[in-house]
Amino acid sequence: MGYCPNTPDDIREMLAVIGAGSVEELFSSIPADLRARSFDLPPGMSELELTRHMKEKAAACGADVVPFIGGGIYDHFIPAAVDHLASRAEFYTAYTPYQPECAQGTLQALYEYQSTICRLTGMEASNASLYDGGTAVAEAALMSLRITERHKVILDASVNPLHREIVTGYLHGLSAEAVQVEPKGCASDLDRLMAAIDGETAAVIVQSPDFFGNVQDFRSLAQKAHEHEALLIVSCYPIALGLVASPGEMGADIAVGEGQSLGNPVSFGGPYFGFIATRKRFIRNLPGRIVGETIDHQARRGFVLTLQAREQHIKRHKATSNICSNQSLCALRGLIFCAALGKKGFEELALLNYDKAQYAKSVLGSVKGVDLLTKCATFNEFTLSLPTDASEVVQRILEKGVAAGVPLGRYYQGMEKALLVTVTEKRSKDEIDRLAVLLEEALWS
Amino acid sequence: MELIFERSVSGRCGVRVPLSDVPKAPPLSEALRRKEPVRLPEVSELDLVRHYTNLSRMNFSVDTNFYPLGSCTMKYNSKINENVGGLFAGCHPVLALIPGGESLVQGPLSLIHGLERQLAEITGMDEVTTQPLAGAHGEMTGIMVIAAYHKARGDNKRKYVIVPDSSHGTNPASAAMAGYEIVTVPTAPYGDMDLDLYRKAMNEEVAAVMLTCPNTLGLFNPHIAEICAIAHEAGALTYYDGANLNAILGKVRPGDVGFDVIHVNLHKTFSTPHGGGGPGSGPIGVRGDLVRYLPTPRVVRREDGSFTVEDHPEGIGRVSDFFGNFGIMARAYAYITMLGREGLIEVSEQAVLNANYMMARLKEEYELPFDQTCMHECVFSAARQVEHGVHAIDVAKYLVDRGFHPPTVYFPLNVKEAIMIEPTETESRQTMDAFIEVMLEAARLARENPERLHEAPVTTPVGRLDETRAARAQQVCCE
Repeated sequence: MGYCPNTPDDIREMLAVIGAGSVEELFSSIPADLRARSFDLPPGMSELELTRHMKEKAAACGADVVPFIGGGIYDHFIPAAVDHLASRAEFYTAYTPYQPECAQGTLQALYEYQSTICRLTGMEASNASLYDGGTAVAEAALMSLRITERHKVILDASVNPLHREIVTGYLHGLSAEAVQVEPKGCASDLDRLMAAIDGETAAVIVQSPDFFGNVQDFRSLAQKAHEHEALLIVSCYPIALGLVASPGEMGADIAVGEGQSLGNPVSFGGPYFGFIATRKRFIRNLPGRIVGETIDHQARRGFVLTLQAREQHIKRHKATSNICSNQSLCALRGLIFCAALGKKGFEELALLNYDKAQYAKSVLGSVKGVDLLTKCATFNEFTLSLPTDASEVVQRILEKGVAAGVPLGRYYQGMEKALLVTVTEKRSKDEIDRLAVLLEEALWS
Repeated sequence: MELIFERSVSGRCGVRVPLSDVPKAPPLSEALRRKEPVRLPEVSELDLVRHYTNLSRMNFSVDTNFYPLGSCTMKYNSKINENVGGLFAGCHPVLALIPGGESLVQGPLSLIHGLERQLAEITGMDEVTTQPLAGAHGEMTGIMVIAAYHKARGDNKRKYVIVPDSSHGTNPASAAMAGYEIVTVPTAPYGDMDLDLYRKAMNEEVAAVMLTCPNTLGLFNPHIAEICAIAHEAGALTYYDGANLNAILGKVRPGDVGFDVIHVNLHKTFSTPHGGGGPGSGPIGVRGDLVRYLPTPRVVRREDGSFTVEDHPEGIGRVSDFFGNFGIMARAYAYITMLGREGLIEVSEQAVLNANYMMARLKEEYELPFDQTCMHECVFSAARQVEHGVHAIDVAKYLVDRGFHPPTVYFPLNVKEAIMIEPTETESRQTMDAFIEVMLEAARLARENPERLHEAPVTTPVGRLDETRAARAQQVCCE
């Protein structure tokens, strides 16, 4: 069944107005030999049947597993107001706000979103969101090439491996290169990163906290990059920004990240949103949509899509990017999430994540044979070294309904015994203690 | 309306964070700590709810207004899709990548595979990947696949991509992102890409031609197979922009016609909501030889019927973090599954019927630059109204006052004063008649009282906004 409202009478009368004998006649410009050779789909379903079908699929989606997994995507609590407000049809069934007078809701929300991202990251200009965290890092790399007119970026290998793959893929066709600098032990090798910067370098890309969970001070790296007229790009985890110094404070030129943790469910990979923010002087090099403030003829404040001359629908192949859709609705969720928590709540949430993870670090770190690989400060994620292959251990613990972490052997050669563990505010002390027991059992019994 | 930051009162809080059940940890060092808390708004939950509820009421949306945006397919978003889209909210994608996790996520993996198979059948392609996160992202991914194909054959001299001048701006921009130079071929008087000029532009340095069919004028190009053949003869590949797929479901399949790569906009053809600008989702489909270059990872069905995630060694790598915008995919899968074969065919037939009805009733008053049977959208020009000093934008803004979202204006670029209307299949004749009456009224006002059109809109919270000032001031966040 469909949602087509016209009755046979309507159709007959409409055809008469058009002057056509049948609906099929309207397709007569399509030559017979171009007609579909097959359209082998099953018949439709009723709403009830579909609901049952989808519930069956959703029953097998691991939603009851206790997750200590993060690796870029985090299981945070989402206040009820976020779902309710973002579910308002006036938000989710609207289109890109090309006609600003009838889209002030979307436009003002995006302006507030941009303001929120600037405040979180310590930057001066944000766009209205990008696809996801990985493509945001890639767009930042491209942005640095445009600004510096150079062709090389230095990519810290402690940046999320999935994101690095996207960056190298994006650069591939543009005869630009990403030079990767391996971590030292289990943290960014700041000395080697600094040594790699030269007059050809467009940007250095680092992550904070990095993929192993380390929080580091990038001020000296920023200074070194700027000495060579290169940029510092910091990919950051927004929840951590409630506690940790912002990319702006660290001297970054571009801040990016995955916005999922701000009010968007983990939802098997999306939809999420990426964020990107920069210094005001680089605003024309930002990719994607930007909302700006202006006034109408009566001097009433209003919002419009602005700086559109950078965009593909005007500049075509000379645009700053090919981006047409942003992730407006996901960005709206991020905004409402931040506003719901507010200044005090956001800081408390970050502290709670920090305290819980520090507790987990001490409990898990004292399991027999287990050691801490991350020696630096961490936020809510850290890396353990196990006496045996981490994959096997994770698999054994998963049988008990707990996802103990992400084994790093898949991403880093020689790290088969390393396990990345994540603790958000949703993990209770009991769950952490239970993980310690399960880990000990998996290792020693 | 005031900003959420302007409603802020120091000390107010919307959400209470739970008390800690673990001991307090030693603090982070001073150098690593944020100097002051993030300056987020301090509002109560009711303040918050009222603010965003009231903001939402300043939007036109499909659920509140007719939205005949050409080239964007703003059809009704059924409510059941929203319900089922949320069923997977608690499923962590990394679970699929850790040992033993795969068996726990068979539901979502089977859904991805199922949607890929549905889209392959609908488009006539061999394989589909759902990884691209929007239509333009799909275009870029598709062109990267094409580049990988040429490169693997040692064919390194191809540096151009051909696009017609009526194409979406994303086509040339996406090809440029993948490292190609662009050759633009003009539209001939009959409304399609000029075949002779296209033939001249095609040579062994061309990697691909990108087209949509029906094109952005709403016309089906009868020479489409020939265009594909000319490209293939020169060793180039053909890319199909699926933006207009809604017009041809069950009627034509790009794969049968000779296209090698296609992207599909799930938010257009398969009724997932546009969300005020996103999220979208742009799966791509490819034929034959190109399958091996699809991005990694791939969801694969094993012989025993279970599903697994496989790396795709020859592929172009990863273009998004996980499997694509899964929540959007779930909605599209539900839509396709619920409509089924006959329902999807009905979609195209009714979309085309509605567009032709609209065209037939408006062509008395608005100039129709290409007067022939259209597909799911039709393009008028406000050229006659310009004689009275009234432009397409004035007509658009008058529609706003009368409760209709304007059609797409000033696109495609090859029609002066373009007004591009796409009613979609979900609108009734009565809704269209009401819209048509207002369009005819606007044409009358253009002759008799153009000032009324210049003033519009007068019913919205703000009047026409000063876009130049916005671009000059670059005020993109509040202090």
